[in-house]
Amino acid sequence: MCLAVPMQLVAMGADETGTVELDGIQHTIGLMLIEEPKIGEYLLIHAGYAIERLDCAEAEARLALFRTLAAIHRQETGQEVLLVAAPLRPETRR
Amino acid sequence: MNYIDGFRNQDAAARYRVTLAQLGQEWADQGGRACFMEVCGSHTMAIARFAIRDFLPPSVTLVSGPGCPVCVTDPGYIDAAIELAMQGKIIVTFGDMMRVPGSRSTLAKSRAAGGWIESCYSPVTALELARAHPDREIVFLAIGFETTMAPVLAMLDTARRAAIPNLTLLTAFKLVPPVLAALIADPELKIDGFLCPAHVSAVIGAHAYRPFADTHGVACVVAGFEPLDILHGVEGLLRQKIAGHATVDNQYSRVVRPEGNRIAQRLVDHYLMPADVSWRGLGVIPASGLVLRPEFARFDAESRHGLTVQPGRLNPHCLCGEVLKGKIRPVHCSLFGVACHPEHPLGPCMVSSEGSCGAEYRFASGGVTR
Ligand code: SF4
Ligand code: SF4
Repeated sequence: MCLAVPMQLVAMGADETGTVELDGIQHTIGLMLIEEPKIGEYLLIHAGYAIERLDCAEAEARLALFRTLAAIHRQETGQEVLLVAAPLRPETRR
Repeated sequence: MNYIDGFRNQDAAARYRVTLAQLGQEWADQGGRACFMEVCGSHTMAIARFAIRDFLPPSVTLVSGPGCPVCVTDPGYIDAAIELAMQGKIIVTFGDMMRVPGSRSTLAKSRAAGGWIESCYSPVTALELARAHPDREIVFLAIGFETTMAPVLAMLDTARRAAIPNLTLLTAFKLVPPVLAALIADPELKIDGFLCPAHVSAVIGAHAYRPFADTHGVACVVAGFEPLDILHGVEGLLRQKIAGHATVDNQYSRVVRPEGNRIAQRLVDHYLMPADVSWRGLGVIPASGLVLRPEFARFDAESRHGLTVQPGRLNPHCLCGEVLKGKIRPVHCSLFGVACHPEHPLGPCMVSSEGSCGAEYRFASGGVTR
């Protein structure tokens, strides 16, 4: 649960949210913990919020590690790993 | 060579093996032995996964610390969450919590028995559920170290400003520096250095470890999670020992600032205040946790729903406490790989791959048994 995943900020949204992208998949995250986020930046995402910004090379390295770990997990358990929260629509659940 | 290869590079790893062997010998010649603790679950996992211990000289031992908020959550907390679920509240929790044993049951079993328990990756899920079900009470299990507190409080801040009335937190927030201080003070443990957690440090800042170096002479290195980051970190710790001078070396300045994330820190100060809290297997540590300030009591599940988290009952044979203090390795627990394995965890350290027992089971022992 302590994992934080780097994702690139691709758009700003309302209420201090933004859209980040990883492997072509987009997520909405909270930006209130970061000072002046800018489009194109890599942000460290933890529990649906950006907690820090990081340089591009660092982001690449981090992503490579997560992909390795995800592949191991998949191989061992046969289950997919989600690195970040998928957008949730509570009313469609249950 | 790109940056990624840089972190994984075999030649670089081989060079580290030589460097560490030389430094280890130099240290041994001075009559030294060093015990370093990696505090963070993500370090533990990488150390097991990449067999980092094979790189260490004989004069250096690397032990795992209490680096995971799930692992150190008292079973009484799970009991309380189950009770709230049975009362009809909607419980929202991080996925890892589902299978962690409480005194009698787990959240997963309680869900199978009909409790509405949602696992999530983000606390925002709790807010969305609260909006979608105004007739229900939503309780978010707010466990976490400094890293996780900030997102949870950001969510709470949104809920408060939007005047959401049906959302509370069952808090079990814990602070990393006080537990490290407690471990330093433990006479049975002789910790010479800390490999400090990367993401916690992003929030609290590298300066937070200064008292350990300045006052207690414990070497500190903030290190990333890549295998070479960890080897580099151990090298840094060993160099500090040899030089006889303890400092805080921030090797993760790619992400961690000396002062940390000020916005996150302000949010924490605004909503929370220090409290003595209980750590699974470690007992109560003074001022090692944070609870909601009285003015935010309406967001506190305990006061709002009239319940108090009581200390839970641990499996008497589970040695998680000793594992979390770095006193024993997981294989020294008689249940390891026998009654306790990832499909049937008896202690939280086995639940996820970041727990010491889980990491060791999956990687170090080749995933079989001891
Ligand atoms: S259960 Fe795993 S992810 Fe969660 S805190 Fe423990 S080690 Fe970390
Ligand atoms: S092997 Fe299982 S029972 Fe033993 S310490 Fe680890 S988690 Fe606890």
